[in-house]
Amino acid sequence: MDLFLLAEMGGRTVAIDADQVHSVVDIGEIIPVPRANPCVRGLVALRSRVVTVICTRIAMGLPVPKQAAKRAIITNIDGHFYAVLVDSLEDVAPFTRLPLMSGVLLEGGWRALGVGMIERDDEPVLIVDLSALIARQSLAA
Amino acid sequence: MDELLQEFIAETRETLEALAGEIVAWEAAPTDRARLDSIFRFVHTVKGSCGFLDLPRLERLSHAAEDTLAQVRDGTRVPDRQLVNAVLAIVDRIGELVEAIDAGAALDDSSEELLIAALSADAAPLASQAVQPAVHRAPSRSVRLGVDLLDRMMSGMSEMVLARNELARQLRNHSTLPGIEGALERLSQTVADMRDTVTRTRMQKIDALFSALPRMVRDTSAELEKQVMLTIEGSDVELDREMIELMRDPLVHIIRNALDHGIEPNAERQAAGKPAAGRLVVSARQSGNQILVEVRDDGRGIDVERLAAKACKLGIKTAAETAAMSPLAKLELAFHPGLSSRDTVTAISGRGVGMDVVRANIEQIGGRIVLTNRRGQGLTVSIQVPLTLSIIPAIIVAAGNQRFALARQAVEEIVTTRGAAVRIDNVGDTSIATVRGRRLAVVSLDKLLGLGDSEPRTLAIVNTRDGEYALAIDEVLDTEELVVKPASPMVMATGIYAGKTLPDTGLPMLLLDSAGVAAVAGLTFHNGAVDFAEVEADEAVQEQRWSALLFDDVDGRRRAVPLPAVDRVEAVEASAIQAVGGRLRIVIDGASVAIHTMAALPQKGEINMLRLADGVSVVGYAIAEPVEIVSLPAGFVAAQGGGMIAGVVMVEGQQIELVDVHALFAEIETTIPTKATCLLHGDQSGWMATFLRPALEAAGYHCVSELVPGERVQVALAMEDADAATIPVAAPVVRLTTSPQRRGDGSVYRYDRVSLLGAIAETLAGAA
Repeated sequence: MDLFLLAEMGGRTVAIDADQVHSVVDIGEIIPVPRANPCVRGLVALRSRVVTVICTRIAMGLPVPKQAAKRAIITNIDGHFYAVLVDSLEDVAPFTRLPLMSGVLLEGGWRALGVGMIERDDEPVLIVDLSALIARQSLAA
Repeated sequence: MDELLQEFIAETRETLEALAGEIVAWEAAPTDRARLDSIFRFVHTVKGSCGFLDLPRLERLSHAAEDTLAQVRDGTRVPDRQLVNAVLAIVDRIGELVEAIDAGAALDDSSEELLIAALSADAAPLASQAVQPAVHRAPSRSVRLGVDLLDRMMSGMSEMVLARNELARQLRNHSTLPGIEGALERLSQTVADMRDTVTRTRMQKIDALFSALPRMVRDTSAELEKQVMLTIEGSDVELDREMIELMRDPLVHIIRNALDHGIEPNAERQAAGKPAAGRLVVSARQSGNQILVEVRDDGRGIDVERLAAKACKLGIKTAAETAAMSPLAKLELAFHPGLSSRDTVTAISGRGVGMDVVRANIEQIGGRIVLTNRRGQGLTVSIQVPLTLSIIPAIIVAAGNQRFALARQAVEEIVTTRGAAVRIDNVGDTSIATVRGRRLAVVSLDKLLGLGDSEPRTLAIVNTRDGEYALAIDEVLDTEELVVKPASPMVMATGIYAGKTLPDTGLPMLLLDSAGVAAVAGLTFHNGAVDFAEVEADEAVQEQRWSALLFDDVDGRRRAVPLPAVDRVEAVEASAIQAVGGRLRIVIDGASVAIHTMAALPQKGEINMLRLADGVSVVGYAIAEPVEIVSLPAGFVAAQGGGMIAGVVMVEGQQIELVDVHALFAEIETTIPTKATCLLHGDQSGWMATFLRPALEAAGYHCVSELVPGERVQVALAMEDADAATIPVAAPVVRLTTSPQRRGDGSVYRYDRVSLLGAIAETLAGAA
């Protein structure tokens, strides 16, 4: 059993390995970064730390709601901190990590991010790898 | 120097501790190459530092041990027990000496000769080590701290500053308590002092690395009987102490190499036509998210062929391998352990160690080392290390409604565009600023960042490695010392930022990379405004001057036209100019001459006209007044965007547009006086109507998108993918392609205007 954070991201529930979660915050004023990859919403200060804000919806090519998300998961990838915006947070709980079911075809942005599944109340939930999300976007940039 | 000595002691002590295990292991297995190498690196480093710090005894010991170990590395000596013992005795002695130096105690040197003698191959076995002398270990006045701890301290400090700011804001809003302002003031002062101190624990001026160089270069070159002029181009940029410490040894090695191998003896230099004194330039500069430390000499460079030959001789590479190697790959051999381009061994350097050690050290901190070899001209060694943390004096500028930082080091001056000394001209689709006679390309920060398109009010004249340009900004807000940290890869991928920072406002800010901004804006300093300044300065080019006629154009601007193209200037009746065949024409000497004009011409009165001739055709160019004939230096700034302007020339400090006579004649030549009708077929995207139609109409064609009853179409234009069957007329078809590749099927790239017009004309000619 590993600990997972369940969050709603791009309109669906996903599970994030708690090891990747540094903290969960509501972010303040975002300073945009002109010319950066569109999924980079900007920079935000979390106390004395400046983090890069990543919009998951843009990163996965999903429509962006007018009311921008303010809640974010802070994650540290290769020594840099990122705030990954999520729609909402649901729960933190231990689950058994299951491999991706064979034959399941993830579409679009989800394909590169899904690394496994958990089952919550008989409902499968995709495990999303935040480092893959960041790496993918860094490459695209 | 004291600080350097302290660092040397601390470092040697630390390495010795780390080496203790290696020594024991080597003793057990003297043939173990890896162990041998690490002991070798240790004595080599000690030797280097000793020369630097003027510690002759340590230097002699380490040099002797190094010699012996080098022989073992070359395979000329076998590491027997006696040799191992002798080397270990020296390593121990180095440790004792270091402790003695630290304690300020004297240590008698009677046994050192014995230790060195014991290294020689025929030496009697060393008498088992005498009782260890009592170690005088003085209490150290410096401590070594983990970088993590310092980082935590620094971020705690920034948080304190932010908390203070928040407190001040709250108090301003609520409190009227007496005395509280004074208390807050004191807190602020303390916090500011504290921040300064904490920052210093982590940061150091790069000067700390350079301050010892003059002495070292002087002593070393004196020893080598060479004359060397050292130039240090330092900077105020403060760096992570960690980086500075890690760069010290590599830098010393590189400089010693340059002095010993690079710069030739005086006689040889004179024979090669170089000044007797060699030049050595050591510079540090922040470039993007890296610190670049360069050591440049004007010596003989590296003889790559010799290096390759030596690699063969030592069996590192086979002859076939070296024959297949590029010069660059051969140069890379300089980093191979145990290989040197130099055949003799000196006390200064040159046993082929060094460069491999240097590279290992640099790579260990995530850096890179690059050699730029100019055979016979010198060698440049560039060390690039990542900028982990730095304090940069910065200028805060506004663009749109966002703030950005610009390193003050890069900013030469700030001028306002309202001042009389500054003028901005639009040339083609770019702007050029003239600041006190100096011309600079303008990059609008607003436009570049997509933050608006306001008239530039302020110009920051920015220096990059390649040249200067004017960065148009809204205004300068402030100057501040900023603690800059690297930004995440996604931010760095834009290529225009050097890092991020968190000023006291608590809102993050980006530091602009001035060279990156120039690159992204597409500035090239080779054929741009900057280069032109050099052309002007270049005496040799002054000779090739050419003449131009300066005139006031009908649109009020002053322009120039190459004098040889002007047949004569004449006055013509305005009423004689008629719009025929899609353009203005006049009958001169019984022939119809096209007239080009930059603005609408008056209907009445006399008009001055330049009669331009290329020997075959004649073209008229309407002007207001001729001014004078001027002699101009060769070269001009090419215009962007084309049109009838070839570029810009300087005439008495004024920027004058130069008329492109070639384009004038080209336009006239391709003009079809008979108004043929073109059908733009299958134009769903509207590209033809928007892009193509004006071009065709300018060339005198009449264009239709649909077949109008009663209209005769002479030629049809269709995109390559249009179905020929759908073309409703029997007219010949010109196909357009979207890719510039020539296909050989008669189709034309849609933006190749000349070929396109040519193809239409040809098709028409063929049909007729």
